Amino acid sequence: MSHWIIVPIVLPAMLAPLIGFVMRHDIVLARVASVVGTALLLAVSVGLVILAADGDTHIYRLGDWPAPFGIVLVLDRLSALMVLLTASLALMVLMHSIATGWDDRGKHFHALFQFQLMGICGAFLTGDIFNLFVFFEVLLIASYGLMIHSGGRDRMRAGLQYVVMNLAGSTLFLFALGTLYASTGTLNIADLAAKVPELPADEAALVRVAAMLLMIVFAVKAALFPVQFWLPATYSNAPAPVAALFAIMTKVGAYALLRVHTVAFGPGVPATDGLIGAWLFPAAIVTIALGAVGVLGARRLMPLISFSAIGSMGTLLVAVAAFSTSATTAALYYMVHSTFAAACLFLIADLVVARRGGDSLSPAPATVHNGLFAAIFFAAAIGMAGMPPLSGFLGKLLVLDAMRQPDFMVWTWTAILAGSLMTVVGFARAGSALFWKSTSIAEPVPDPQVETLPEPPYASVAKPSEIVPVMFATAALAGLAIFAGPVTEYLEQTSLQLFDRAAYISAVLGGEF
Amino acid sequence: MELIVASAIGTMTAGGVYLILRLRTFPVILGLALLSYAVNVFLFSSGRLAIDMSPILSRYGDGTYTDPLPQALVLTAIVISFGMTAVLVMISLGAFLEADSDRIDIDQTDFDKDADQ
Repeated sequence: MSHWIIVPIVLPAMLAPLIGFVMRHDIVLARVASVVGTALLLAVSVGLVILAADGDTHIYRLGDWPAPFGIVLVLDRLSALMVLLTASLALMVLMHSIATGWDDRGKHFHALFQFQLMGICGAFLTGDIFNLFVFFEVLLIASYGLMIHSGGRDRMRAGLQYVVMNLAGSTLFLFALGTLYASTGTLNIADLAAKVPELPADEAALVRVAAMLLMIVFAVKAALFPVQFWLPATYSNAPAPVAALFAIMTKVGAYALLRVHTVAFGPGVPATDGLIGAWLFPAAIVTIALGAVGVLGARRLMPLISFSAIGSMGTLLVAVAAFSTSATTAALYYMVHSTFAAACLFLIADLVVARRGGDSLSPAPATVHNGLFAAIFFAAAIGMAGMPPLSGFLGKLLVLDAMRQPDFMVWTWTAILAGSLMTVVGFARAGSALFWKSTSIAEPVPDPQVETLPEPPYASVAKPSEIVPVMFATAALAGLAIFAGPVTEYLEQTSLQLFDRAAYISAVLGGEF
Repeated sequence: MELIVASAIGTMTAGGVYLILRLRTFPVILGLALLSYAVNVFLFSSGRLAIDMSPILSRYGDGTYTDPLPQALVLTAIVISFGMTAVLVMISLGAFLEADSDRIDIDQTDFDKDADQ
C-alpha cells in the first residue's frame, strides 16, 4: 500500500487553506506557493504513472478499513493518466494566469485553484461512488468561485446559471446513489461490479434506473446533448484561464462514465447490458452536430471555442459509447488531445482578446502581435478541428477506425467527418477575421497638430512569460502526435485494464471472484 | 408509513422541480432547497424504513437493527447541500446587485452585444 496515492489529494488540500488564510494579502507569496504546489503535484503524478505502469491495480485503504466498509482510493493506469493530465494542464493554466495577472483581479484565486485540483484528483482516484459525489462537490464549489473570479455583470449571471445547473445535477446524483444503494446495498465500485451481475434480470429495474440516472449526471458534467446548455455561457463568460482549466472538468464526466459504466454496469452484465450505449451513442452524435453548428454560428471568439469543446466531447463520447477496448483506447487518446487543444485555444484567445478589448469576430481593431498569435491560433485550431499534422487528426482517425462496426459506422463517420469540416470552416472564418482582415485596416495617419494619444494598455506587446504556457500547450499537441505510438500503446494497456473487471474486483476487495 | 414517506418525497420533488423552472433566483433557491430535502429523505429511506431500532448490532447479534450507512450518507448530503445553498444565495445576490435583475436566463441580445456594435 503506497502512501503516494493519496498525495495528489492531500497536497492541494493542505496548500489551499494555507494560501487562503496565511498568504491572502501577499499575492507574490501565494503565487510562489501555488506554483510550487502544482509543480510538486506534477512530479508526484509522473511518479504515480510509473507506479501504475506495472499493470497492477494499486489500492489505498483510508484508515486501513477493508474495502466494502471503508473508502478506498484506486490507482490504475487510467486514474494515473488522468491525474497526470490534470497536473500538467494545471501548471500551464497557472503560469498563464500569473503572467497575465488574472489571479490578481479578484480574491483567493490560488486557494480556489488548489481546492479545484484537490477535487479533480480525488474524483479520478476514488474507488467509491459516494466519495466520487463528495469530490464532485469539492471541485464544483471551487469552480463556482473561479467562474465568477474578478466579477462583472455577465460573468455573475452566467455563474448563477452554472451553479443552479450543477446543484440540480448534484441532487440527481444523490437520487441515483440512493436508488443504487437501495437495490444493491453497496456504493463501492468494485463491490457493485461484483454484485450487479448477480442480480436476476427481473429484479434489475431499479439498478437500470440508477445506471441511467448516473449516466445523466455524468452527461451534465460532460456536456452531452440534451444537457449541454450550460457550457457555452459558462466557458465564454468565465475568465479565460479558468475556462482553460475547465477543459478538464468535462473530462471528469467522461472519466466517471467510463469508470462506473464499464466496471460496475459494464458490457456482459445482464441487468444493464447495452442500456447505456444505446442512449449514449445517439446523444453523442447529436452533440457533435450541435458543436459544429455552434462553431459555424458563433459571432464571438469565446463562444466559438466553447462550441468546439462541445463538439470534441461528442467525438469523445461516441467512442466511449461503443464500450469496447479499441474504441476506449481511441477515446482516451482523444480525451488527452482535446483537453490540451481546448486549453490552448482558450489561452491564446485570452492573449488576443485582452489586446483587442473584446472578443467579437470583427476585423477592427487591428490585432496586436499578429504573426505570432496567428501562428499559435492556427496550430490550436487545426488541432481542435482534427487536421494533420497535430494530434487531433490522429485522435479522430483512431475513433473512426475503432467505430467500423456496421451499426456505428454510418452515423459516426458522417457526423465526425461533416462536423470536422464545419469546424474547419468556422475556425477559418474566425481566424481570417481576427488576423488577416484586421491587417488590411488602414492605420489612421498621425496628425502632427494633434497630440498623440497614449497607447491603450491592452495594446501592449506580449511578454515571453505570457507566450510560454500556450506554447507548452501547443507543444503537448505536437508531442502527442510525434509520440502517438508509445502513447497509444500505453492507452491500449489502460483500456485492457479498465475492461478487466475481475482483476479490479479482486484487487479492491481481495480474494478471487 | 411507506405511503407517507413516499408521498412526502414525491410532493417535495414535484414542488422543487416546479420552482426551479420559475427562472427567478428566489423561487429557484427555494426549489433547490426543497429538492435537497426530498433527496435527503429519499436517501434515508434507501436503507429500508425501520422504527425504534438502533443503527448498531445488538450485543448478542440477535436483535434487528437499522442500516447505519444511509444515515451517514444523509449527514454528508445535508452538510453539502446546506453549504451549497449558502453559496448559491451569495452568488445570486451578487448577480442581482450587478445586473439589477433577478432573472436567471440571459437574454440573447445581452450575450451578443459585442457582435452587434
